[in-house]
Amino acid sequence: MAGGRLVRGEDDVLNELDEYAVEAAVALAESLGGTVTAVTMGPSDADDALRRALQMGADDALHVADDALAGADVGVTARVLAAAVRHLEEGGPIDLVVTGMATMDSLTSMLPDALAAALGLPALTLAAEVECDGTRARITRTIGDHTEVLSAPLPLLLSVTDQANEPRIPNFAAMKAARRRTVRTVGLAALGLDDVRPATAVLTAVPRPPRAPGTIISDTGDGGARLAAFLRERLA
Amino acid sequence: MNVLVVLPSVLTVPHLEVIAAARTLGSVTALVVGDPDLAMLARHGVPRVLVPEMPPTTEPAAVADAAVAAVEASRPDAVLLVSSFAGKAVAGRLAVLLDCGAVTDVTGLRVEDGVVVASKPVLQGSWATECAVTRGPAVIAVRPTAFEAREEPGGTPEVVTLPVTPGAAARAVTVEAREARPASGRPPLEEARVVVAGGRGTDGDFTLVEELADALGGAVGATRVATDEGWIDHAAQIGQTGVTISPRLYVGLGISGAIHHTAALQGAETIVVVNSDPDARIFGMADFGVVGDLREVLPTAIAALRGT
Repeated sequence: MAGGRLVRGEDDVLNELDEYAVEAAVALAESLGGTVTAVTMGPSDADDALRRALQMGADDALHVADDALAGADVGVTARVLAAAVRHLEEGGPIDLVVTGMATMDSLTSMLPDALAAALGLPALTLAAEVECDGTRARITRTIGDHTEVLSAPLPLLLSVTDQANEPRIPNFAAMKAARRRTVRTVGLAALGLDDVRPATAVLTAVPRPPRAPGTIISDTGDGGARLAAFLRERLA
Repeated sequence: MNVLVVLPSVLTVPHLEVIAAARTLGSVTALVVGDPDLAMLARHGVPRVLVPEMPPTTEPAAVADAAVAAVEASRPDAVLLVSSFAGKAVAGRLAVLLDCGAVTDVTGLRVEDGVVVASKPVLQGSWATECAVTRGPAVIAVRPTAFEAREEPGGTPEVVTLPVTPGAAARAVTVEAREARPASGRPPLEEARVVVAGGRGTDGDFTLVEELADALGGAVGATRVATDEGWIDHAAQIGQTGVTISPRLYVGLGISGAIHHTAALQGAETIVVVNSDPDARIFGMADFGVVGDLREVLPTAIAALRGT
């Protein structure tokens, strides 16, 4: 992509959903030219996520790690990842920022849009299909009860769902090649950020009591009738 | 406390639930991006409506720009919206644009010393958390079915137009096509009080799943296996990459209970399961389960339910 680069952002471990983002970025760089940089923020074990992205074909990786990031909320995460993108842009313009659709831990799907807002980029989110010719991207998505086709000029932020592609499984050669690539680690100071106070605070977190064991019956002919009786009672 | 509620022109049950949630916090102003349904807003106790002067849109970037203008105009303590994919996207944007706290999938709300405290389930619903928004306005995306819609008839709301220019990033996105999926006549999955879902055990035939859903007045859902196989539309997928549901009653048919699926139904009040495999993981979370063949158990059950 005309000397540009693709960057993907994610937070914490490379969850299953982020693999679709890495695949989308690597596949686009393969077909259009350009390079892919994998970006994450989080504790030191987030490094494993970046290693995986390198094995899948990312050219290099940036890890934002800082003790001040403990308790980061969506606003902080978006600002930090946006600063990381700006930091990478010192080495050349970035055409696409690709993310997964959600974080697995709390199913929060705020991040892609928050990051787009922090970067001031157009956003094509929740893509089930992606086309890109290097100057413009077009996606198809289903959101609520509508199917939509959206397009926007690059640079932009793209988030992909698990419908968008089939993430590659790195072969031995790819694993070997990834070992030669490095993960760069930076702190907040290097990104020019100092105040990263979150705007939310978890007050309490308690495990929910396990569900009381239910009634399980084996169908011996009256299973349907007993099922109907239970459903009728619960709906009453 | 002043509360701004972000709404589209066509109001469905989850929007009315958010209005009810907002009324528990204080006085309500609605931002309606599009043509406001003033009669419905009056019936649900909304006294004031802000209407942005901009083309109608559902694009989160443009809705967020309108919401920022509405926040500047009405200085609310909290901004409430529906915790749908689109609502969460707007919430994430507001967290950045207003430098404030946003919480999604909220199931309960209270105010403590002027601070909005939101309850939400996390980690596949296995933990209940309370999250305080320490820097406002508190942006709260409310999970459908968590609150009860409640009418509170009032006068016709005062309508105030709001000049809004969507930002360059919002204007750069072109909607080339937008099509409603064919109406099924069933309630939408996210907001349904009853959900009947089918998995691998249906062997691709969703007829009995649909018949039971219709007998119970519920929505039809599915596992990822079923949608990946093309047995039913992808939009029916309940799971971490699909829809999260919180119905009063969930009925799982031929579903083993992979974490991908069960993580998204922890909000279900009652869980009922039919599966031929007695070792299926989902029986562990069932209030009532039948170990049996769907083709033998369901026709009797459906007939019995129709007969009442």
